[in-house]
Amino acid sequence: MIDRRLFTNFDWVFFGLVLLLVGVGIMNIYSASASYRVTGLPFHLKQLSWLAAGLVLMVVVCSIDYHIFEDLSYWFYGAVLFMLILVMLVGRTSMGATRWLDLGFMNIQPSEPMKIVIVMTLARYFSRFPVQDGLGLRDMVYPLLMVTIPALLIMKQPDLGTAVLVLLVSGSVMLFVGIRWRVIVTGLLALVPVVYLGWHHYLRDYQKNRILNFLNPERDPLGSGYHLIQSTIAVGSGGVLGKGYLKGTQTQLRFLPEQHTDFAFSVFAEEWGLVGSLVLLIIYLFLVLWGLQIAGRCNDRFGRLLAVGVTAMLCWHIVINIGMVIGLFPVVGVPLPFLSYGGTSLITSMTGVAILLNVSMRRFMF
Amino acid sequence: MIQQRYVRDNKDQGRRILYASLIAGGFFFLLLTRLWYLQVVDSERLVELSEINRLRFVPVAASRGAILDRNGKILVGNTPSFSVAVVPQEVKDKDALLASLAGYLGQNLAELGQRWEKGKGRAKYYPIVIASGISRDQLEFLQENQLRLPGIDIEMKPIRQYPNGTLAAHLLGYLGEISEQELDQEQFSEYNSGDYVGKSGLERSWERFLHGVDGGRQIEVDARGRYLRTLNETRPTVGNSMVLTIDIDLQKAAEKAFGDRAGAAVVMDVNTGEVLAFASNPGFDPALFTGRLDPEIWKSYLEDKRHPLENKALKGQYPPGSTFKIITALAGLEHGLIDDKTTVVCRGFYEVGRDKFNCWEKKGHGVVDLKRALRESCDVYFYQLGERLGVDRIAEMSRKFGLGEVAGIGLDNEKPGLIPTTAWKEKKYGKKWYRGETLPVSIGQGYTLLTPIQLASMTAAVATDGVMYRPHLVKRIVDPDGKVLKEFTPEQVKRLDIKPASYRLIKEGLLAVVNEPRGTGAAARLYEVKVAGKTGTSQVVKLRDGKREVAYQYRDHALFVAFAPFDKPEVAVSVVIEHGEHGGAAAAPVAGAILRAYFEKKGVIRKPVTRDPEGEYEESPELEQEEGRQQ
Repeated sequence: MIDRRLFTNFDWVFFGLVLLLVGVGIMNIYSASASYRVTGLPFHLKQLSWLAAGLVLMVVVCSIDYHIFEDLSYWFYGAVLFMLILVMLVGRTSMGATRWLDLGFMNIQPSEPMKIVIVMTLARYFSRFPVQDGLGLRDMVYPLLMVTIPALLIMKQPDLGTAVLVLLVSGSVMLFVGIRWRVIVTGLLALVPVVYLGWHHYLRDYQKNRILNFLNPERDPLGSGYHLIQSTIAVGSGGVLGKGYLKGTQTQLRFLPEQHTDFAFSVFAEEWGLVGSLVLLIIYLFLVLWGLQIAGRCNDRFGRLLAVGVTAMLCWHIVINIGMVIGLFPVVGVPLPFLSYGGTSLITSMTGVAILLNVSMRRFMF
Repeated sequence: MIQQRYVRDNKDQGRRILYASLIAGGFFFLLLTRLWYLQVVDSERLVELSEINRLRFVPVAASRGAILDRNGKILVGNTPSFSVAVVPQEVKDKDALLASLAGYLGQNLAELGQRWEKGKGRAKYYPIVIASGISRDQLEFLQENQLRLPGIDIEMKPIRQYPNGTLAAHLLGYLGEISEQELDQEQFSEYNSGDYVGKSGLERSWERFLHGVDGGRQIEVDARGRYLRTLNETRPTVGNSMVLTIDIDLQKAAEKAFGDRAGAAVVMDVNTGEVLAFASNPGFDPALFTGRLDPEIWKSYLEDKRHPLENKALKGQYPPGSTFKIITALAGLEHGLIDDKTTVVCRGFYEVGRDKFNCWEKKGHGVVDLKRALRESCDVYFYQLGERLGVDRIAEMSRKFGLGEVAGIGLDNEKPGLIPTTAWKEKKYGKKWYRGETLPVSIGQGYTLLTPIQLASMTAAVATDGVMYRPHLVKRIVDPDGKVLKEFTPEQVKRLDIKPASYRLIKEGLLAVVNEPRGTGAAARLYEVKVAGKTGTSQVVKLRDGKREVAYQYRDHALFVAFAPFDKPEVAVSVVIEHGEHGGAAAAPVAGAILRAYFEKKGVIRKPVTRDPEGEYEESPELEQEEGRQQ
C-alpha cells in the first residue's frame, strides 16, 4: 500500500529539528508562565497536548500524496473563504476582535488555515500557468484577487498580523514564480496611495498607535510602547550568556503580558543570552534553507511552489516575530513558530512542516 | 498523461532557490545584527534598566452590575470588602508577622499559616491574601499599625450586598470563586482563578452582562517593593445592571405568605408575561456565600428536609393534581365529548375492569356537571372524561399550553416537566400504555409533572383566552452610563386555537371554585376582586388510609392556581406547598394573600387598618397617595 520508499525518503533530520524546537518551546513556556497563577492544566502541559494533536495531524497530512492537494486546493480555498465570511457574519467576538467560529465543541480561527490554503491555491494556479519572462500585470489579476479578498476579510476582523502574513507569503510565491521588473516598480509606486488611504481610513487607532510607537517607543512608554521597551530591556539585559533558565528578572516579574505567546523569544533571549539566541536563530535559518532545498529538489511545479510558499510562511513568521520582539518591526500579533504558546499557531506550523515533509518524501515518485 | 499534468520545469529553478535562500539569509542576518547590538553593545545599559525596573501591575477588581426590581429598588448591590494580604519578598520574620496578625484579627494562627503556604509558590512580590472580609475596626487598627507590620498590604474589592437579606435568594443566586472546570470553559476564557462568578440564579445565567471588566494600575515601587506612585491606570468597568420584572413588595408578600413551609409561587402579568414574583421557600442567605461558607451553616442547609438551597420555582417538578383538570376539561370540550350539560354520577369511586379508582370525596358527589366537577373537584367526572379522551389527546392539549417543555424564562436549568403519551411510555419503558393509566393522568397524577412556571403560564393563558406570552424575569439591561443595552418587551409566543366558549365554561368553573358554596378554593376569595382558581392536592406516595399521621416527606403536595380579576384578568398565580396536604386549605390562602398584596398595592383593595399579628400598625404610603388623588 504505502510505498516503502516513502519511509526511507522521510526526512528525519528535518522532523527531528522541529521536535527539538517544540521541546525548547515547551521548556521556555514553562519558564515564561512560572510566575502565573494557573489553575487547571499549566501552559507547558497544554502545549504538550497540542504537540500530540499536531503529530497526529502530521501523520495524516504526510500520508496523503500532496498531488491530491493540487486537485482539492480550490475547494479548500472556497471552504476557508466561506468560513471567513461566516466569521464576519456570525463570528465570536473576544477582546474586541471577531476571529472565531463557534462550532459548539470548539472555536476555530479560519484565518489560520488560510495562510496555508492561499499557498496551495497560488501553487495550483501557477502550476498550470506558462510563464515566459516573468508575470505581467495582466497575468496577476486573478491571483491578486485570490489574495486580497481573504486578506481584507482578515484585516477587517481586525487581525493585522495575519493579514500582513497572508500578503507577504503570497507575494513571496509570486516573486518566486517571477514578476517583470516593470510590474514590481509600478506595484511599489501604487503602494503609496494605498498606504495613505489605509492609514486614514482603514487602520484602527490601536493599530496606528503600534506603528507610531514602533517609530518612537518613548511616545507612550506605558501604553502600547510599553511592550517594545520592556522586551528590548529583556533581550538586551540577557547579555552574551543570559541570566540563566528561570532566572530572567524581566520574565519572572512579568513585565510582558504576552510573554508566553507572542513574546516568547524575549523570555528565551533574556535567560539564554546571545549564545542561546544565536543557536536558536541558526536552527531556524537551517529550517528555512532546508525547506527551500526541498523545493529545489522537487520535480513538479506544484510541489515546488507549495514548498516555497510554506517555507516562506514559516520564514516570515520567524522574521516578523523576532523582529518585533527586538524592536525591528512594529508590534503585530504574529506568533513565533514552535516557540510561542498556543494551539492554533503550533498546529499551523506543524501542518506546514508536514507539507514540506510530504513534498520531500515523494520527490522520487516520478 | 501524468507527465502532462505535473509540469516539469527545471531550467533556472536552482538559481531561484539560491536567490530565495540569500534573501532569507539576509533577513536572519538583520535579526542577528540587532541581537548583537542589544545583547552586546547596548547590554550594559539595558541590564541596568532591568535592575531598576520597578514597575508593577496591580489588578483592580470591577464591581458587578446591580440587580433592581421593576421600580428600580435594589435587590443586589455592592459594598467594599477589605482583605489583608502579605507580600512575601518584604517579610523578614514570617512567623512573628503571622502571629501578630492572628492576634489583631482574632483568627487562628494555623489557618493563616495554611493560606501563606498555599500562596507561596508564586512570584515573591505577589501578595498572598491572608484574611478577607475584615471589619472596619480591624481595618483601621491595621492601617494605624501598618508600619509595625512590614509586608502587609490592604486590598479593597467590591463584594455583593443584599439589602433585603434572604429575599428572592434563589432567583438572584449567589456568587462563588470560579472553579477549575469553569476556568477551562470558553466563556470564562478571560477570567483568572480567584475571580468570583455567579453560581446560581440570575447571577449565573446573566454572568456575562453582570460582571464588569477588571482594571489595573501600573505602579512604581522602590527597591524594597514599596509603593511610590501610580504611573498609569485603567479604570475597571462596572458591570451592566439588570432591571427585573419582579415587584419587590409582591415578592416579599409571597415569601411571607409561605411562613416556614416549603414551596414555590410564581406570579405573572397575564398580558405581558412579566413575572412579578418568583418565590421559593425556605430561602437562604446569599451573603453567606460571598466569603468562606461556615461549614455548620452549610450542613444545616443540606440537612434541612425542606431543601432551602433548591430553587423550587425553577427546578421543582410536581404532579399538578386537580389543577390539571383544567387541561382535561378543555380537551373534552374541544373534542366535543362534553358540554355544560353533560353529567356524570359520582358514587365516590369509578371502576375500570378490576381496578377501582376513588374520588377524594368518598361519599360521592352525586350528579355532577362540568361546573360542579371543577368547583368541587370531582375526580370521577374526570376519570370518565379522561378514559374517553385517551392519554394522547390530553397530552395534545397540554402541549398547546407549553406543558412538558421549557418556557425560556431566562434562568439556566429550567425544567421541562413531563407530559406522558403512549409513545413516550413505549420509548421510555418499552411497554404499552394501559387504559387504566389514563385515569390518574386525567386528574394530574401518575407520570405527569409540571413546574410552578408552567402552572402560572397555563393559568394566564386560560385567563387571556389563549393569548400566551413568554414568561420572563428580566425587563432590561442597562450599561454603567445608563444606556439601555437590551430591552425585553412582551413576546407573544402563540395564540391558542381553542373555542372561546370552552374558555368561558372553564373560567366559570374556576370562579365557582373560589366564590361559590362548596367550592374547594374559598380560602383564596377576595371580596373586592373576583378571583378564579383551582385547587390541587397531589399524592407523593400512595397511602392506604389517611388516618395515621404521615411522615413529612410522604405528605401530599398542596397546589393552587388562580387569576384575577375575573372580568378583566391582570395577574395569574401558581402556588405549590410541598407536603402541604390540601390544596384548598394550604395553598389557596397563600395565593389569596399574594393576590391581596397585588391589589392592595394597586389601590384596588384598601389596606386593612387592623392589627398586624406582630402588633405593628402600618399603612402603606402608596395607599395614602391613592386616596389623596381621589379627593
